[in-house]
Amino acid sequence: MNIEMDKSENQELIVLVSRLKKENEQLRIRVKELEEKLNNKQNSLLNSNTNSKLKESTLQKTETFDKAPPIYKDLTLAEYMLYGRQLILSDFGKSGQLKLKNTSILIVGAGGLGAPAAIYLAAAGVGKLGIVDYDKVERSNLHRQIIHNELREGISKAQSAKMTIEELNSLCNCVAYEILLESSNALEIVQKYDIVIDATDNVATRYLLNDACVLSGKPLISGGALRMDGQLTVYNYKRGPCYRCLFPKPPPPESILNCADGGILGVVTGVIGCLQALQAIKIATENDESPNNLLIFSATSYPLFRSIKLRSKKKDCALCGDHPSITRLEDYVQFCGSGATDKSPSVKALGHEDRIEPKIYHNLRNKTPHVLIDVRETVQYDICSLPNSINIPLKDLPDRIGEVKNLLETPNTPVYVICRLGNDSQHAVNILKTHLKSELKEVKDIIGGLHKWSIEVDQEFPIY
Amino acid sequence: MSLLKIKLSFSGGIELLFDNIKQKSVEISSSINSPNPTTMKDLISWMKDNLLKERPELFVSGDTVRPGILVLINDSDWELEGELEYEIKDGDDIVFISTLHGG
Repeated sequence: MNIEMDKSENQELIVLVSRLKKENEQLRIRVKELEEKLNNKQNSLLNSNTNSKLKESTLQKTETFDKAPPIYKDLTLAEYMLYGRQLILSDFGKSGQLKLKNTSILIVGAGGLGAPAAIYLAAAGVGKLGIVDYDKVERSNLHRQIIHNELREGISKAQSAKMTIEELNSLCNCVAYEILLESSNALEIVQKYDIVIDATDNVATRYLLNDACVLSGKPLISGGALRMDGQLTVYNYKRGPCYRCLFPKPPPPESILNCADGGILGVVTGVIGCLQALQAIKIATENDESPNNLLIFSATSYPLFRSIKLRSKKKDCALCGDHPSITRLEDYVQFCGSGATDKSPSVKALGHEDRIEPKIYHNLRNKTPHVLIDVRETVQYDICSLPNSINIPLKDLPDRIGEVKNLLETPNTPVYVICRLGNDSQHAVNILKTHLKSELKEVKDIIGGLHKWSIEVDQEFPIY
Repeated sequence: MSLLKIKLSFSGGIELLFDNIKQKSVEISSSINSPNPTTMKDLISWMKDNLLKERPELFVSGDTVRPGILVLINDSDWELEGELEYEIKDGDDIVFISTLHGG
């Protein structure tokens, strides 16, 4: 079986290498074309006498870090052709296109929300697009983060997004920031842009971005998505509230679900990300008359959208109120009690003596009579499960203790608990120990859950 | 004392605390805290006692909802309606929404 697997893995690698080689070759050709184009452009610019144009070209070349970006007063011939279908809209027109060209937008997060937002904004002709993401592309991102692709697995999300954007619209000046946005760098970056899109995945970064936007006077277009639901709000815009006006205190860390644990339908992030792009275009083109509102989307409700009227900016807001107490960026990880990423932290609820390695469990699995309880949600259990395991979701466990009791042949029958990653299984062991103290001789959780089982014992077992 | 029929909705994950039900019509006394008319504060405490299925700390904090939950009354931010002091009326549509942080 192992030889067969090695073979198929080999085959996969061969295909991947050949695809990457092909892309590399195409990119080399493209680089050559672009370099020629650049040379021609620079020559023609040198020949022209207008000082302003010279200035623009130098600015573009050195990335506009400290100097003000150029202000374009007209479209190029190529742009008329590229944007013709939106130029003829009476609500947009040439003035709208020019405003977009002169607008810089920062997208924080090149994930499920940032991907469609960046694609549409670049395609629509936004002059400068900054993309911040510290993370790398993973296979499990691709169902929703459609700016990346299979070939980009393992490379920086910010760079991958930039590559897609440059292929889509070479006129867009895209800047990739391969960093984790923090108190030490946020203001410096935010200040360089006109509009900020919050496409992040964690509470700490949401407060950080909110504060950076209020302190530097930028509108913040905030999107969030989880499971089948999405939300959209604009903060710090036209006397509207900031994030802190609505949520002065952060939520308790245990109330926060991330996409890895809660799940997310790809197109739900797509809907919200597209709406963020639309909102950015409306603000950039000064075409936004809507009052302060919160838009709620639910794929499973009817109607799909609800728009809720929000309070105005609060006079006593600690950040944007009349007498602010927050005047500079803080430590947001400490403030929120949760990290600046959406990675699930590993739980350590049990001592070594209450846990068992997957390999050791594997060895005793067919020899020792025991009970194996899988505490994942049933929807996950139905994806894949170990033969002879019994599914009792963690939240139902306290009510179903009787069932566990009935499963024990003798008081000596050991009970093992498994889940997806080895976090919930630890809580489950504690619940079982509390309720079945005298009846149970041995109850242990399987370290690292089915994920580790798949890596160390049975590589044919799916990882999801 | 009469009964008020109101619609409660849960969104953004709050429904998980209420048996995974997204919408529910309930009838509550017009004067839970007699003789005073029923307010949002009374409703939240009534919900905690009568509807909440698990982990009350993820819904309430003191006599209000926990940080990170936004309450909407008839499609308006409850801050515009008087928050905890708002007097519930027959037919009110009240939404409890948790902010989503995923992306």
